[in-house]
Amino acid sequence: MNFQSVKSIYSFEMARFFRTLSQSLISPVLSTSLYFIVFGAAIGSRIEEIDGISYGAFIVPGLIMLSVLTQSISNASFGIYFPKFLGSIYELHTAPVSYLEIVLGYVGAAATKSALIGLVILATAFFFIDFEILHPVAMLAFLALTCVSFSLFGFIIGIWSKNFEQLQMIPLLVITPLVFLGGSFYSISMLPPVWQTITLFNPVVYLISGFRWAFYGASDINIGLSLAMIAVFMVICLGIIWWTFKTGYKIKT
Amino acid sequence: MSPIVSIENLSKRYDSGFEALKSVNLAIQEGEILALLGPNGAGKTTLISIICGLVNPSSGSVKVGGFDVVKDFRQARSLIGLVPQEIALEPFQTVYDALRFTRGLFGKRHDAGLLKSILEKLSLWDKKDAKTMELSGGMKRRVLIAKALCHEPRVLFLDEPTAGVDVELRKEMWEVVRQLKEDGVTIILTTHYIDEAEAIADRVGVIRGGELLLVEKKEALMQRMGQRQMRIELMAPLEAVPPALARYNLDYSADDQTLTYSYEANGERTGIASLFADLSAAGIILRDVETRQSSLEDIFVGLVEDKS
Repeated sequence: MNFQSVKSIYSFEMARFFRTLSQSLISPVLSTSLYFIVFGAAIGSRIEEIDGISYGAFIVPGLIMLSVLTQSISNASFGIYFPKFLGSIYELHTAPVSYLEIVLGYVGAAATKSALIGLVILATAFFFIDFEILHPVAMLAFLALTCVSFSLFGFIIGIWSKNFEQLQMIPLLVITPLVFLGGSFYSISMLPPVWQTITLFNPVVYLISGFRWAFYGASDINIGLSLAMIAVFMVICLGIIWWTFKTGYKIKT
Repeated sequence: MSPIVSIENLSKRYDSGFEALKSVNLAIQEGEILALLGPNGAGKTTLISIICGLVNPSSGSVKVGGFDVVKDFRQARSLIGLVPQEIALEPFQTVYDALRFTRGLFGKRHDAGLLKSILEKLSLWDKKDAKTMELSGGMKRRVLIAKALCHEPRVLFLDEPTAGVDVELRKEMWEVVRQLKEDGVTIILTTHYIDEAEAIADRVGVIRGGELLLVEKKEALMQRMGQRQMRIELMAPLEAVPPALARYNLDYSADDQTLTYSYEANGERTGIASLFADLSAAGIILRDVETRQSSLEDIFVGLVEDKS
């Protein structure tokens, strides 16, 4: 294992994050703050409690997840797509690095960035809403798992994308609906039974439910099942990446 | 001495069915400058790309420093630096950061002294804190060379280093290449400019249609294939070449009153002395004489015609 190479990719990617700090940090924080103000403080007071939790507090985990998921995907996909677009990816191919090292560097950096964004949003939430975190360690673990698995997913999108349009397409058309319909703003139990069943096919449901459990100890879905589903998602992503590199699909001729 | 790069029966067939390389064999010695000369689409870039790890070979093998570029890619690649044809740089990164990144990527610890000496050698030291997008085209190319050198490779590949650059910049590139050779770096460059190969290479490989037609020392190639031509300008026009001069196969151009005589530069007898004697015997008065070495271009055209 060539740690120097991993470190080089990682710090290069993190440097981009800090170079564009306003873009990387301020915009997700601002948009989530708006959600907190509108849904938490303004409308939230007129909505009754869910599972004994005030509506403002209820949506905190979901909103953090919304940002973390989209950030993980966009950071990781952009990180690997941009050198492809510029042509500077030739360096990765000619360097004595294995695919594992490339993935560790890029996905590690993307996951770190989105975890930082998630924590900053969490800190912001304390300004607008009263809530406590019941299982802080589990919360951090969930956050880390989500960042890593969706950064892996973003990495795949970045490698497979042929243009900027495709790069935007999946986050926009797939992730946003999945997150909104994944119980960010409501409890699954509030849905009609048919929709409850359909919702179970949405992987984001498990993430949000598990994350909310770490906050408040209440969840729609058993915490073990949530963890298992994230693990499955992660393994699938790893498998796809492994296959992509092994066959050179969309990477090498 | 065993070659630093040895290529055996290397073939590449792309998914489209296009055969970019057909069983290429080539041995490159340490310390030389080898020019791979050929028209666009000849397979030059594919050859370089396989050696450097950008393209997978279909069959055959490439060893760099004794290491197989596929099986022992780590060892092989750490000996190789590549300067790509297209300028591909992260626009917001500074020159210095770009070098640091590449050195780290190749698994080497940061070495401020080395980076400084590379940047100075390429006249980039005063630009080290400039973002790469602020640089001129020539500087960007030099940054690419600097990046390729910063992990201390033993073999440097330059893919069309002067494609689409102006004359001055071209001369500058050649100077850089010569300097690198003096530092002991083995250099392989591709080009479709014959004068470029002629100007800087020690050996020239002619590649066309995926086949390596020949590899020879530049001088040997010139000598073997090279012809000299003598242009003889006359005082008065000729009606026709006198029959006494028929054995010289002279070409007469009435427009500029010149006779052209072709001869083997390294032949035993050039026939120049007897030609002059016969010219004066025929009463032809000369105004001026000039001789010209045939260029690599002439040789190349000859070679390609021979094959087809």
